[in-house]
Amino acid sequence: MKPRRVAIIGGNRIPFARSNGAYAHASDQDMLTAVLDGLVERFSLEGERLGEVVAGAVLKHARDRDLTRESVLGSRLAPETPAYDLQQACGTGLETVITVANKIALGQIDVGVAGGVDTASDAPIAVNEDLRQILLDLQRAKSLPARARTLTRLRPGQVVPEIPRNAEPRTGLSMGEHAARTAAEWGITRLEQDELAVASHRNMAAAYERGFYADLITPYLGLERDQNLRPDTSLEKLAKLKPVFGDTMTAGNSTPLTDGASTVLLASEEWAAERGLPVLAYFVDAQTAAVDHVHKGEGLLMAPAYALPALLDRAGLGLADFDLYEIHEAFASQVLATLAAWRDPVFARERLGRDAAVGEIDRSRLNVNGGSLAAGHPFAATGGRIVATLAKALHERGGGRGVISICAAGGQGVVAILEGAA
Amino acid sequence: MSDRYARLVRMPVAGGVAKRVGLPQPVALEREGPFRGRVLLGGAGRVARSAASVLAAMEVDAATALDDPVREHAAAAGLGAAVFNPLAPADQRFKALVFDATGAELVELHRFFHPTVRRILPSGRVIVLGDGRRALEGFTRSLGKEIGRGATVNLVHVSEGAEERIGDTLRFLLEPRSAYVSGQVIRVGAGEGVPLAGRTALVTGASRGIGAAIADVLEREGAEVVRLDLRDADIELDITAEDAPAVLAERFADGLDVLVHNAGITKDRTLGKMPEERWQAVLEVNLFAPQRITDALLGVLRERGRIVCVSSLSAIAGNAGQTNYATSKAGLLDLVDTLELSGGSTINAVAPGFIETAMTAAMPLGVREAGRRLNSLRQGGLPVDVAETVAWLAASGLDRNVVRVCGQSLLGA
Repeated sequence: MKPRRVAIIGGNRIPFARSNGAYAHASDQDMLTAVLDGLVERFSLEGERLGEVVAGAVLKHARDRDLTRESVLGSRLAPETPAYDLQQACGTGLETVITVANKIALGQIDVGVAGGVDTASDAPIAVNEDLRQILLDLQRAKSLPARARTLTRLRPGQVVPEIPRNAEPRTGLSMGEHAARTAAEWGITRLEQDELAVASHRNMAAAYERGFYADLITPYLGLERDQNLRPDTSLEKLAKLKPVFGDTMTAGNSTPLTDGASTVLLASEEWAAERGLPVLAYFVDAQTAAVDHVHKGEGLLMAPAYALPALLDRAGLGLADFDLYEIHEAFASQVLATLAAWRDPVFARERLGRDAAVGEIDRSRLNVNGGSLAAGHPFAATGGRIVATLAKALHERGGGRGVISICAAGGQGVVAILEGAA
Repeated sequence: MSDRYARLVRMPVAGGVAKRVGLPQPVALEREGPFRGRVLLGGAGRVARSAASVLAAMEVDAATALDDPVREHAAAAGLGAAVFNPLAPADQRFKALVFDATGAELVELHRFFHPTVRRILPSGRVIVLGDGRRALEGFTRSLGKEIGRGATVNLVHVSEGAEERIGDTLRFLLEPRSAYVSGQVIRVGAGEGVPLAGRTALVTGASRGIGAAIADVLEREGAEVVRLDLRDADIELDITAEDAPAVLAERFADGLDVLVHNAGITKDRTLGKMPEERWQAVLEVNLFAPQRITDALLGVLRERGRIVCVSSLSAIAGNAGQTNYATSKAGLLDLVDTLELSGGSTINAVAPGFIETAMTAAMPLGVREAGRRLNSLRQGGLPVDVAETVAWLAASGLDRNVVRVCGQSLLGA
């Protein structure tokens, strides 16, 4: 059986909010339900039984074990729509798109929603690990003296809760510290990082100005635009910020902690035609890769540098063969280090086993409607934001090819190719 | 022999005082072991590919600028070079800077070295690969005088077509064994190197001092060394004896690979006070005997034979009281220039500057201190520095080079 073409019909997200900002009291489930309902509204899906809804979150409460299914039940989709959670750090959002697209391609479903949500404000706080062990032992203890003995292990320090940290479990370094190492390794300057950040804000502000985001975003809790967006930022302003990671990375050229959610509607061409829904773009192919940042000294966020060449080879394309590039701006330095690796003949030879450098991109085609530095980065919601944004941008151009690259914690990377529909 | 001043400036209090009053600051030179540290490679002339291959074979930690075309050469040579960006230098330091200046605009020298020269570690190395231009000599010689901290600066002119022949020389100049060679201009031609292992070598004046060190180093490199001296040697012979050439030709009838003319004497006196026998005695030992022995041994010198003469800085710079000595040692340089050789054989010379030996220990204090300090490394060399240089010349394919082992003495060209 020949795989079917997978159409991207559209997307819906809520404006992203800075953590402890507008969505400080919204839960993952609240936000995911809201974006699903926005999508339902936009594409008249009320009461529809879709093939599947796949979404995920990176920071999850224990109670959210079936976050997506619960969100579907709370939405205006038919309760008979199956759903499940998927999680791959910051790759989650794009990975859900890939999963839904593959099922459509294989004919297992005709339509599905991919999505992601994250809140850094409503973060799960857990009982202190020592205290948790004592409480569990207390439950297991069968006799009164045994319970009493267990209770003697209680200490005042155990009231301190476990708060999720933005640190790699196996290195103890924060993602920013890892990125700073990579930035130093690739000789990334402060100036080029700030330039990328300015371009991100300006591109996104311009996209809002011309109404590009009007049918991609539904206002939520009083927010109409991404809260992190600073249309008037400048190199001069960014230059004043003090480095927070290494000696070049600042709050201005790194993404802040963000709350938000996004969804993408994918379907077979037939399904879209039946509904008279225009197709924005087609999902072509995707690739994931992982690096050993623990023992082999690889950059934590450099996996896309490996994933994309593999994908290009399979697609028979060169790096220059794209009209638009969407590289997730976890940190400006991460984008620049990835671009450096792609144009480096030594990286090509030593790490990728290729005779020549992967190539260079036309920077005027990079993140043309803004990137994560401007929008913010609610971990699992970023993939959906980018897929919908790129699909629409390609459609606006009347076609063409676009590529997405997203780095993720744990040394992983997800990349995908979209093709615009006229 | 011992350099008390060098030890003094390394002590906490005395060293601090010496530094404050602006006295010379000799550092303890690294002399042994393999090259350790990071090499920054730049420039993309005709030698860069070969230089990258040499660095890859040495398995050194290398770096280049990301957008330097040399990176293509690094990739092709399998050199896993890191990235260095002078605009985001972080805390990168280098043990060596290697720049291929062949065909490069002179402004490239500034662009490469200006942001990097202060990132060189102690006992570091600067090596410029050149195309014969004198402009490069002015650059390296001046940089050698200002770089400090035991770092050396040398220029290697590479003839067209000899790009693949730089290996022995590049290795030598990078490695600690070239510690006291600085400010030199070395010319690499088409000649091919021959490893010393298994080669038969004759070293004259080998029982002590520099000669003993030469014999030891050649032996370490696997050569079968025959030591010649008046006493305490394998061949106990006066090289000025009438039958010496014949005796040696007979002894090496089966062939000789490496001949090192090291034996030498001094009989210093200003010319007006120097009788002819004093003049002649020095020329006999230092020049005429080597000439005769060379003539006699040419017949037994095997293919790709190597002759290395130990000349002297006095021969190049001149030295009061040493008209006889300087004449003789400069005469050896004539031999280097004019001797006709065949079968891939070569002749080169080393010209030691102030080397800590029994001979220099006997000098008056003032002269000795001046000799020690008046060079870019602010200290005397050791016999092993000369010996390592001889061993490199004897193994390399270089021909008709005169390499000073003088820490870039202020005396002489």
